Amino acid sequence: MAEEQVKFGATLKIPGWVSYALIPFVNLLAALLISGIVILIIGDNPLEALKVLIYGAFGYPEAIGYTLYYTTNFIFTGLAVAIAFHCGLFNIGAEGQAALGGIGVSLVCLYFDNLPIWIIIPLAMIAAAIFGAAWAYIPAYLQAKRGSHIVITTIMFNFIAASILTYLLVDILIDPNGQSPESRPFIETTWLPYFHDFIAMPNTPLNISFIYALVLSAGFYFLVWHTRWGYEIRVVGQNEAAARYSGISPSKNIIIAMMISGGLAGFVGINELQGVQHRLILDFTGGYGFVGIAVALMGRNHPIGIFLAALLFGALYQGGSELAFEMRSINKEMVIVIQGLIILFSGALEHMFRPKIEAAYRRFARVQTMGAS
Amino acid sequence: MSEQSPALELRRINKSFGPVHANKNISLSVDRGSIHGIVGENGAGKSTLMSIVYGFYQADSGDIYVNGQICPIENPQSSIEAGIGMVHQHFMLVDTFTVLENIILGVENGYRLAGGLASARKELVRLEQEYALEVNVDAIVGDLPVGLRQRVEILKALYRGAEILILDEPTGVLTPQEADHLFRILDTLRDQGKTVILITHKLREIMAITDSVSVMRRGEMVAHVKTSETSQPALAELMVGRSVLLQVEKKLANPKDTLVSIRNLNYEDTDGVPRLKDINLDLKAGEILGIAGVSGNGQSELLEVLGGILTPKSGSIRFEGQELVDSKAFTARNLRKIGFGHVPEDRQRSGLVLSFSANECTILGYHDEPEYNRGLCLDRKAMVETCRNYIKKYDVRPPDPYLKVSGFSGGNQQKLVLAREMEQNPDVLLVGQPTRGVDIGAIEFIHKQLIMMRDAGKAILVVSVEIDEVMSLADRIAVMFDGGIVGELSAAEATETKLGLMMAGVKDAQSETKAAI
Amino acid sequence: METFQTIILLLDATFRVATPLVLAALAGMFSERAGVVDIGLEGKMLGAAFSAAAVAAVSGSAWIGLGAGILASIALSLLHAYACVTHKGNQVVSGMAINIVVAGLTPTLGYAWFSMGGQTPHLGGDARFKPITLPFAEAAHDIPIIGYIYSELISNHNIIVYLAAASVPICAWIMYKTRFGLRVRAVGENPHAVDTAGISVDWLRYKALIMTGFLCGIAGTYLSTAHGAGFIRDMTAGKGYLALAALIFGKWRPVPTLFACLLFAFTDAVQARLQGVELPIVGVIPVQFIQALPYILTVLLLAGFVGKANPPKSIGVPYIKEK
Repeated sequence: MAEEQVKFGATLKIPGWVSYALIPFVNLLAALLISGIVILIIGDNPLEALKVLIYGAFGYPEAIGYTLYYTTNFIFTGLAVAIAFHCGLFNIGAEGQAALGGIGVSLVCLYFDNLPIWIIIPLAMIAAAIFGAAWAYIPAYLQAKRGSHIVITTIMFNFIAASILTYLLVDILIDPNGQSPESRPFIETTWLPYFHDFIAMPNTPLNISFIYALVLSAGFYFLVWHTRWGYEIRVVGQNEAAARYSGISPSKNIIIAMMISGGLAGFVGINELQGVQHRLILDFTGGYGFVGIAVALMGRNHPIGIFLAALLFGALYQGGSELAFEMRSINKEMVIVIQGLIILFSGALEHMFRPKIEAAYRRFARVQTMGAS
Repeated sequence: MSEQSPALELRRINKSFGPVHANKNISLSVDRGSIHGIVGENGAGKSTLMSIVYGFYQADSGDIYVNGQICPIENPQSSIEAGIGMVHQHFMLVDTFTVLENIILGVENGYRLAGGLASARKELVRLEQEYALEVNVDAIVGDLPVGLRQRVEILKALYRGAEILILDEPTGVLTPQEADHLFRILDTLRDQGKTVILITHKLREIMAITDSVSVMRRGEMVAHVKTSETSQPALAELMVGRSVLLQVEKKLANPKDTLVSIRNLNYEDTDGVPRLKDINLDLKAGEILGIAGVSGNGQSELLEVLGGILTPKSGSIRFEGQELVDSKAFTARNLRKIGFGHVPEDRQRSGLVLSFSANECTILGYHDEPEYNRGLCLDRKAMVETCRNYIKKYDVRPPDPYLKVSGFSGGNQQKLVLAREMEQNPDVLLVGQPTRGVDIGAIEFIHKQLIMMRDAGKAILVVSVEIDEVMSLADRIAVMFDGGIVGELSAAEATETKLGLMMAGVKDAQSETKAAI
Repeated sequence: METFQTIILLLDATFRVATPLVLAALAGMFSERAGVVDIGLEGKMLGAAFSAAAVAAVSGSAWIGLGAGILASIALSLLHAYACVTHKGNQVVSGMAINIVVAGLTPTLGYAWFSMGGQTPHLGGDARFKPITLPFAEAAHDIPIIGYIYSELISNHNIIVYLAAASVPICAWIMYKTRFGLRVRAVGENPHAVDTAGISVDWLRYKALIMTGFLCGIAGTYLSTAHGAGFIRDMTAGKGYLALAALIFGKWRPVPTLFACLLFAFTDAVQARLQGVELPIVGVIPVQFIQALPYILTVLLLAGFVGKANPPKSIGVPYIKEK
């Protein structure tokens, strides 16, 4: 029965702009609408807030720099969550993998800082990838070989990662000359070049890892849709039985996809630590891993969508700081509310508007074709 | 309610799913105390119709009368209240519950369980005796064999006071002998005044047990006849709308060398349960070996072991003299490379990726072949080109290599799988349920293709739960029961009775039936 | 005697820490046994903690606060149900979204309403649940061992601690001895069986989730109006996830889940005492290791290294009729 339904239901293709532009836009609108109501409740003007937000994110060169700096993190975590999604896995652990990636970056920047920068940069990248991938490997292995549910294990691994980071900063890597749990600063020769080092723009945290994120996005597209390895990951994600039938090993691909995912998440450490903070600190992952879920969902696991969603969240983060600064009763947590609402509408409630919009499109298209013929 | 009014009457039922008109103006009348059969091909709309009667779906228009009274059925609850019970094709039981808990689910009789369980226990003793339906009410359902689970389903319906019992393809999971037992139960039910509706696509069953029969075709009711006044060929013609060749046209096989020899093959599942026991089989070039058996007796595992999906526990599989088991090469991918093609039993579950386009599914299992790769890249152009050729050669509709696989009908999906596996020109072709859920036109086409492969000198293994299909396709038939091979017959020796007995695990069915003659 | 007293104090702390875990884990049991994954326990608790503290601060009554906490938590549960049951949304995403929304919303509202940096005012007097001295506790104090246990360990907790203790047998009874429990267990295993038995799958799951919201509401209220004296941002600090871990560790059954909660709470109580203490053989155990222990244990359980967890069969799968 279901078969027949699918057969005829699919006769009228829904064009890309409906699936990839209109529906995400409607979901975003719904999230913003509810956010506006929250702002009304706490006694501010939502339209005013939106104006401040947009200006704060894009209104002047410095703002744009900050926005793109946040965007960089979200591209990394968004791609990380997306590659796991393509393999049918829900990686809630990007946060912990980013933390481990950061530890890897820090170790390179702290202990190999006598090396020239053109060696440090690839070395730190490799360390970030390896540490992040290793942290993802364990849940992946447990899922692939022992059937432990990856959602739960990655949640647990976030907590364990946080404990490790705290332990390292409190007991091992703590700056002997400091009080707070953070490492000594990296020396300047290990820092990533800023954008403002090259082009005329105000000083912002935006650094070359943004370019790296874009390169990775292109690589992601190529890998997923144009190589046999990406093909295998997608087969496993869509239909594990078909994978086994066709000789594609689900466990191998689960582990590979999760390690790529963890490696991508680990790059947050590059941007945050080597690029901006220049030392290992607590909580540098700042929820980027969780937002990565929203980014991947909104971006429909496609690099272009992920870039746009990352930009949106980058703008929210940057504009949100401005908002907290400018408006009396709004603080930075408002951004978290908007984030959560976007995840709610574009993720959990994705089936709320979609059927209605698609049906409306079908009616519209049918009327059009009838008119034509 | 008058004595003459039918137990169940449907008037002009219509139901559409989107543009699919699954039930068109269906009218039906079922007499009280009778067994009424409904036959039709897969997708003829039988299950939809019964789902409407059971309240699972709502009809778009039309009326349902129970005992002459109009009876609006909105959900399963109202159907149960109207005295209708249904035994679904896939049992609706909670495996972790006891029989008793399953039976009272939904009719617990108060918010506390204790009272309901006690009274149900008493009532069940009575029902079991009245209808000869013994079952241990404290057994965990998941531990029961299939036949008993079906009995639980029947008890469930009777416990709810069902006067009309609908059974949807009830014999699909039973041996012919178990099916006979079920029919005796249905007889008893009829004698006690219950009304039974039997949905099936097996004409033999209709002839054996029903009093009257209705035939559905493409969503329409095309005939109502008394069983005593019709015959299998007549019903088949009504089902299909034209006279059907029940026999596949083929020349006598000309078997050559043994390509694959399987010796003492054993397989255990992940729970350590033996699923294949000392299997010995030979696949010969130019011959179709059919595997008959009730589903769940190891056929699936046999196919999956030969396809390289499962790893055998022990035993040997030799291909052209070369041992395959115990070598690194025993994977699905390598088996394909050395010339095994595999059409899986369930195309949607494993043979295809429904969300992929047709051309992406064209390379499933062959995605690392040089012809589909250029350097690091997949060669998308080659994929589409190959897919276009398959579509043309196998007459797949619609002819669109970019269409998502879910957009093709069952028969066309099956053709896509067949094309992929046959066009790689394998020496050995494994085929599971070649025509499950496929319409008659496509069945003929698929059977012809298989015969052509055979005549081209390929070794073919066909697994099917349809005895008729095995008998008409295979040159040699092996019967599986409980993970083992019960025996082997040549197509000429095979009769339905012999196969039926063997499917029930009777080892010397051959000699027994011979002795009987 | 000193060791004995230490043990009593440890156990006493264990009970206090275990209370919200037990309530939240039992809450999760209803949702997950009904087939709905609930990683939103954290958010529901946090939402309840905030609502309870805010309403208790304004009304001056801890009981009204409790009511508000329960209502807020049920509302969030209904949102989860709306997304996952009505619209068949992804249950993990929905839980995640609720956690994030609440994590942002509580300080936002707190900041706007109380202007105390996202906190609620300090609760005192009747706005907070206070310890209850059980009958004869004082008199029994001097009876060796038993009297001491009674007065120090059993007595002198607030009402919610006793409520949590009572909730275990009550929830077990509901789950195994009532019609509702039977149906909840059935729908988590095979929703098709429930549907064909004439029971609405959706409504049943809604009811289970309301139950989840109710218990989570009590758990959250405990944090802000009984254990603590006011709402602090992120005051659940992962307790919802810990409760989820306990539920899994307890294999989705009430009594084992209780013991998992007690175990996790006990490690927490021990950790507070072990900080910096040199132990024989192992030396100083990093406090972070002990904090991570429940999570590590849960991972080991899920990996099958300590027993085997069999989750409800249809958990995480939205029920779609056509099948």
